[in-house]
Amino acid sequence: MITGNLSEQPLAAEIEAFDAAAILGGKFDRSELTLEIAPAKIASVCGFLKHELKFVRLSGITAVDRYPADPRFEIVYHLHSVERNQRLRLKCRVGGEQPEIDSVTSVWRGANWYEREVFDLFGVRFAGHPDLRRILLPDDWEGAPLRKDYPITGFRV
Amino acid sequence: MSEPGVPAMDVLLGEAQAGPRRMLLNLGPQHPSTHGVLRLAVELDGETVVKCAPDIGYLHTGIEKEFEVKTYQQAVTLTDRVDYLAPLSNNLCYCLAVEKLLDLEIPPRAQWTRVMLTELTRLNSHLVWLGTHALDIGAMSVFLYCFREREDILRIFEMFSGQRMMTSYFRIGGLALEPPRGWQNRVKTFIAGFPSKVDEYEDLLTENRIWKGRTVGVGKLALEDMLDLGITGPMLRAAGLKMDARKDAPYSSYDKFDFEVPTRAENDVYARYLVRVQEMRQSARIVTQALEGMPSGDWKAADQHVSLPDREKMKTQMEALIYHFKIVTEGFRVPEGEVYQVIESPRGELGYYVVSDGTAKPYRVHMRTPSFGNLQATAAMVEGNLIADLIASIGSMDFVLGDTDR
Repeated sequence: MITGNLSEQPLAAEIEAFDAAAILGGKFDRSELTLEIAPAKIASVCGFLKHELKFVRLSGITAVDRYPADPRFEIVYHLHSVERNQRLRLKCRVGGEQPEIDSVTSVWRGANWYEREVFDLFGVRFAGHPDLRRILLPDDWEGAPLRKDYPITGFRV
Repeated sequence: MSEPGVPAMDVLLGEAQAGPRRMLLNLGPQHPSTHGVLRLAVELDGETVVKCAPDIGYLHTGIEKEFEVKTYQQAVTLTDRVDYLAPLSNNLCYCLAVEKLLDLEIPPRAQWTRVMLTELTRLNSHLVWLGTHALDIGAMSVFLYCFREREDILRIFEMFSGQRMMTSYFRIGGLALEPPRGWQNRVKTFIAGFPSKVDEYEDLLTENRIWKGRTVGVGKLALEDMLDLGITGPMLRAAGLKMDARKDAPYSSYDKFDFEVPTRAENDVYARYLVRVQEMRQSARIVTQALEGMPSGDWKAADQHVSLPDREKMKTQMEALIYHFKIVTEGFRVPEGEVYQVIESPRGELGYYVVSDGTAKPYRVHMRTPSFGNLQATAAMVEGNLIADLIASIGSMDFVLGDTDR
């Protein structure tokens, strides 16, 4: 659904034409375009963006914890098209006891480590990821440090 | 290796095939040619690398979490410590991101000083890369020459900021201090002699038969794979793609400078060397232009809510003293929003994703670091090649583990 100043963005219209249910919202702020995508559609939208709209580069994937809001996690994808010299941010909101979203490793192989990082530090699982292990923290670490309810100093006993 | 928390070889490599020539090799995390604490699990068939799996995280410090408990200005000091060979590039990227959130106008003198110092940072970083990369391949003397020039650059940083490495010289709103008296002479002396120093390195390496033997045709990877795996920076330019944020999305007045983006088509370790050497020459050009055309005027933004007041005013004006107290103790509020600022660091695309919730501390800061993106391509680059080329290949990536692990 395209609302507000998004209607002036041709990119949003093209995604809307590809899949009318994909866009949940978004904004054009400080000359950066953000589109909120339905979590179930992320892999297909990314595939469309890469193959049809020339967003050949995935700059990175990260997450923001909006605790205590629900769904609490925003998974953030930064895409870059070299040919169009354009950047785009996609967002998906996931929550629940065991937050999970589809992996985009089938679209960009480079998504592998970024998804592992989000899994490691936020505890969000990526369905279909070939090697979902911790990447920065030791394998036997407990908890997800970048969650907002993770203690900053000391540990609960 | 069976230490708790450390992934075992079979976790990294999967089931190894049996055979008389099969061997498992654990390289690192402490190994001189992995430039820090990178661990590579390698499966060999004779001298050929069958499988290679990088294991990172040995230098993880949780910097992104630490951002969330610092005020925006305090957090500048954290950015130095991410990529310790390019502290000023990280300072710049973070400051630009927050300034974009604040919608802050930066005076030209501060912008030009930033450009000049980040280009010196590029020289500093490329010099360390060239020296250590040559050392890995067996050329000892280049290392000594490179560190000689690097010392001059670090002295310039010390003159500006008081620090050789962890400079924190760029602050939100401009610079930390006024550029010191007499900096022009110091920079002028250095940059006038620098191109001839680059000639010296090239004399030692460019036509050197051993150097070419170790680097030409080594470490090739198709451009499509590079883009797919997230490689950026000089490696991409050595594959023929002219991607440089300084040209594509100019920041901090880069559009006012005349320089070229060197590219090569060969896409091997040798081409990456040539691209970086050319980049050094271009950076020297930018520094010279900044030196000659340095604008006069303020070195920090006029916004009194963000920039600290002048020392003199603090001693005479009540209001200035109050602002100083407020900024130092509470910081300043940054409007709600999010930005993703990208700059061209010496290693490639450096991006800071800063999310603000309207308070004086960042809600979330994510660093898209070039080393992390580049290192992911290690396996694709070395698998199927000789173990001896592995060191040359990973050397050509120019990663910094602090930058990878954060």
